[in-house]
Formats: sequence, structure tokens, C-alpha cells
Amino acid sequence: MLNYTIRRLVLSIPTLLFIAFVIFMLLELAPGDPMASMPLTIPPEVREQMREALGLGEPWWVRFPLWLKQFFIVEPQYWIDGAFGTNFADGAQRIISFQSRSPVFDTIAERMPQTLWVVGMSYVVGVAIALPIGIISAYKQYSVFDQAGTFISMIGFSVPPFFSGVLVIVIFSVQLGWLPSIYDTTHEVVDWQTFKFQLQQMIMPVMVLALQTTAQVSRYMRASMLDNLGQDYVRTARAKGMSESVVVMRHVLRNSMIPVVTVIALGIPSIFGGAIITEQVFKVNGLGQLLIIALQGSDIPMVMTITFLLAVLIVMMNLIADILYGVLDPRIRYD
Amino acid sequence: MPDGALPVLDVRDLKTVFQTRGGEVHAVNDVSFSLKPGELLGVVGESGSGKSVTMMSLLGLLPSPPADIRSGTVQFDGKDLLNVTPEQLRSVRGGKIGFVFQDPMTSLNPVYQVGFQIMEPLRKHMGMNKRQAAARAQELLELVGIPDAKQRLDDYPHQFSGGMRQRVMIAIALACDPQVLIADEPTTALDVTIQAQILELMKDLRDKLGMAVIWITHDLGVIAGIADRVMVMYGGQVVEHAPVQALFGDPQHPYTRALLKTIPSIQGERAARLTIIEGQPPIMAGAPTSCPFRDRCDVAFDRCAVENPPRYDLGDGHDAACFYNARTGGPRDA
Repeated sequence: MLNYTIRRLVLSIPTLLFIAFVIFMLLELAPGDPMASMPLTIPPEVREQMREALGLGEPWWVRFPLWLKQFFIVEPQYWIDGAFGTNFADGAQRIISFQSRSPVFDTIAERMPQTLWVVGMSYVVGVAIALPIGIISAYKQYSVFDQAGTFISMIGFSVPPFFSGVLVIVIFSVQLGWLPSIYDTTHEVVDWQTFKFQLQQMIMPVMVLALQTTAQVSRYMRASMLDNLGQDYVRTARAKGMSESVVVMRHVLRNSMIPVVTVIALGIPSIFGGAIITEQVFKVNGLGQLLIIALQGSDIPMVMTITFLLAVLIVMMNLIADILYGVLDPRIRYD
Repeated sequence: MPDGALPVLDVRDLKTVFQTRGGEVHAVNDVSFSLKPGELLGVVGESGSGKSVTMMSLLGLLPSPPADIRSGTVQFDGKDLLNVTPEQLRSVRGGKIGFVFQDPMTSLNPVYQVGFQIMEPLRKHMGMNKRQAAARAQELLELVGIPDAKQRLDDYPHQFSGGMRQRVMIAIALACDPQVLIADEPTTALDVTIQAQILELMKDLRDKLGMAVIWITHDLGVIAGIADRVMVMYGGQVVEHAPVQALFGDPQHPYTRALLKTIPSIQGERAARLTIIEGQPPIMAGAPTSCPFRDRCDVAFDRCAVENPPRYDLGDGHDAACFYNARTGGPRDA
């Protein structure tokens, strides 16, 4: 298993380099000008100087390796310096946003907590709701519960968050006035009262996003459970006199989780991408919103860095899913 | 085996119906039989004759819906198994009655170690702790002839061959010293040499442990080799029931005779085609009002189309459900 993991990690390096190159070239080829939002009164020659100051005067074969160096060498050095008080970086140039002129990683670090709280929590809540729904729906196939679960899943699949988000705002914020419609990022949890407020402002975005996760994961779980409930080994377990709870929760569930774990693991990178639309609707200034603003402003370093971080996560989660597969299923051995 | 001993299992008028979209299917129709301690009862019949469904009905192993056990009694251990709480039924399953299934490749849970799967019933029914159960599991694997039993406890099912897996299944079924072992075509999925090994093993174990065995098969050769009594099923009914010599020496039901003719012989012309029974076994859409075998029968007459023959007692523990008397060559008196 260790050998396999190391081999996969090594193999992921060329994959990631290729992904970085593709992202870089796509951004290079894309229309849009970081100077477009500057006032029209700036004379063309000044504009040109500003462009060069951003490093845009160099050709891509200079800028791409530079970005790689900044991402893989300079930024980790700064991170180590910050953590241990060393001085490896020695004032080297970090990846700087075109828009804010501040280091890209600082901005990402600012935005990360909101996204993790709202989107991450919604994923946890969504999966936590989905698994029991999937299990019960399969065990009681075609029951009222199963039909209700199917109906809710259909809604989760088909209603986009920009509709359901606005809908719950209209109902719970505008009509009933129970919950705030805007997520206050500056809010700090210090006591019971502020914790309650934090919960209140999280409920709507979390639930809107959790609905989608629940819809997907519960369907996978149900299908996987149904596949296994009809297997011969389930009959064997019953013939051994095992109680229904042991049959379902021990024998069927472990087998059913094998494919579902993969689905759950592969869904994790999307958390870090933030929920672009839902974050807009609830005014959560998370990573999704950051990415949208960066795209609109042709903030190439920001877009490049966030997109690449997502690619890293996707590659890593693929690896983790494969390893989990081997842990859950003894038939799969990698060495 | 002792004659006249009280039966360990007594099934009366069992009736199982499947509710399907296309209507009801009467899979088991008024099946009655009994099993004495230490006896090996063979159950034969074509696919779909209701052999497995009968046995699974006894222990409530059929999913319901669609299965519905309409009537009957199953006397075992002073209780009617069709009329006990689910918890009582579970204490019988795997405890006093063991079950071995047809396909050893899929009958074990692929994600748990073999030892764990053998220990499960031990811990539940015998109240053993982990160490006692592990010791007993090792003993069981040795009993069914698996070498290196101690090491193999930690192996997963995919690390065993088909024959070895069936031995594991048998070990699980035997775990709690059952009074009855129901083996549902335990050798069908195995190749012939392994089949012979498993048969020998079962005969051995039966003699050693003294349990009663119900052996379901469609292989008459297997039955001839190991059974004390044989029950032939057709269309969800028992059509003939006799001690093994009587069944092979003096078959009374036309279906049994036809089945015996289908056994290929190693004597005679090699070019001869295999004998088959023409036609298909029926799908019982309703309670039978006629003999289910009459369409394929060579001695059927008018009465067979309007009445379902009861099981006529022919003496010496032999009975057959047929209006035609093979001994006299004419219809039976009403």
C-alpha cells in the first residue's frame, strides 16, 4: 500500500505540471485585459508601463516557469517563515494579485474560513443526511419513505441554488424575518449569543447547498444498498440468525459503502471551489466569490492559483479515494 | 436410524405463494414431510419445482413481499416455526438449523474475514466470547478439512477456492451443533472431484455428529449415494416419497420414472441421444385443480385433468401422488 501511494504521488507530479500548463495557456489565450478597468484618462504609454510592471511584457515561456517557481518554492518558503520565524524566502517576489496588489495566498487564506464553514458544513450535513436516507430507502424500497426520498432527491437535482437560495431568503428573511439574508463575515463567535447568530446566518446557505449533496449521495447510497441487499451473502447472514440490524448495518453497509466513499471523496474538492452561485446569493465572501471577481477583472495570478489548487485537491482526492477503496475492499490489493 | 423415533422436524400442508405483477405464483402447494433424527432426506426435482422455496419457507428466509406463507405448520423443537416471534426464529436459524447454499462463490461476505463469519453465529447463539469462538472456529475448519485452519481464519473469502469456500459454508452451518442441516444444492456449483469430496465430507459429518440432513439437488446420482429417503417434487408438490432403494427400484410416479430415464448410462450405445422429459415444468398461477404433470405424462387420463391427485400411501413408507397405479397398470380406485 505504501509503495503504491508513493508511486501514485510521484506520478501525480507530471500530471499536475501538465494541468498547470494547460490552465496557464488557456488564461493566456483568453480575451480580457487586466488594464481594462483602469480609467480611460491614463495615457497609452503609461498604460504600457503599468502592464510591464505587472510582468505582462514578458513572453509566456518566461512567465510560466516564474509562476511555477513562485508557487512551488517561494510561497512554501514564506509559509515556513511565517510558521517557524525563519528567513528562507529572503524577500523573494510572491504571487501578487493584479487587482489588489497583495499576495494571492494571503487573500485565499482570508477567504478560506468562510468557505470551509459554509460549504464544508453543507457537505458534512448533506452526507450525514444522505447516508441514512439511502440506507432506509433501499431497505424499505417503494415505501412511502422511499418515494418521499426520491421526490426530495429529484428537487435537489433539478432546482438550482440560485432559485432555492432566493426562495428561502424570501420566505425566512423577508416574510418571516427569522434569519438574516446576508452572511456577515466579520461576525465573531465569542459567547452563546454570537454562536446562535452564527448558526442563524449559516442555516440557509448550508441547507440550500446540502440539498444538492443529499440528492446525489442518497441516490448513490440507495442504489449501492439495493445492489447488495439481493446478494447471496445477505441470505447467508440471515440464515446464520443475525438480526436485521446486523445484516443491514454490518454486512450490507460495509459492502455498499465501497463505491459511495469514492463519490464522497471526489466531491470534496468542490467544497474548496466554493459554491460560486450560492456564495453570491447569500453574500458569503468565500473562495467562489473570490474566483468570480478575479475572473471578471482578468486577475490572472489569482485565477491561475485558485484553479491550480483545485486541481491539486482533485488529484489528491482521487488518490485518497483509491486508497480507501483498498482499505474497504480486501479483494483490492495494490502491491 | 431408529425407526419410529419422533421426527425432529415435521412439516404439514405448507403453502407458499409469490405475489408478482403478473399475479400469484403458487410455488409450494400443501407440502408435508417429516425428518427423523440422524436421517438424510434427499429432495429432487427440476429447477422451479419448489425445492428451495419449501426449505427457505421453513426458516422465513424468503423476502416478504413477494413471498407469502399462506398456511401450514412446521413443528420443530416443540414450536411451530411459522408461528413464532422473529427473535425466536432467529435463534433457530444458524443455531439449531444450519443452512448451506448453492453458490459458495457468492454466499460469503467478501469484506469480512472467514474466521469472523464463522464466529458470528457462535457468539450469537452460544454466547461465546471472542477467544472461545476463535478456538471453535478453528476446530470447525479442521473438521471440514481445511488445512492450516488457524492461519486461514484471517483470510478473506476471495483467498479460498470454490470447494474450500463451500467447506467454510458447511463449517458455518455446523457451527452451533445443529439438529438439522439443510443443504440447498451444495455441490451444484462445484466440479465433479470437489463434489465427491464434499459428499464424502457430509456423509462423514452426518455419522460423526448425528444430525438430520435435508439435501436438495437435481442430481439423482448424488441422492442414490447418500440419501436414506427421497422426496420428489414437481410443480410445488411432493409427487413421490420413498426410501431410497424403493424409489430407484420401484418408482411409482410417472415423473420419477421419467427422471430416472434421463440419467445417462455409461453402458450401451454412446451415440444415443440423452433422454429428456418433453415440455416445460408448469408455472402454478393458482391453486392446482388438476395434476401439474399431466401435460408431460405418458399415462395421463381424464381424471388427471379435473382433479389433483392426493398422495396415495403404498406401504413401507412409500407414497405417490398419481391416479395411475403402476403396479396394476390401471387407474387407482377413487
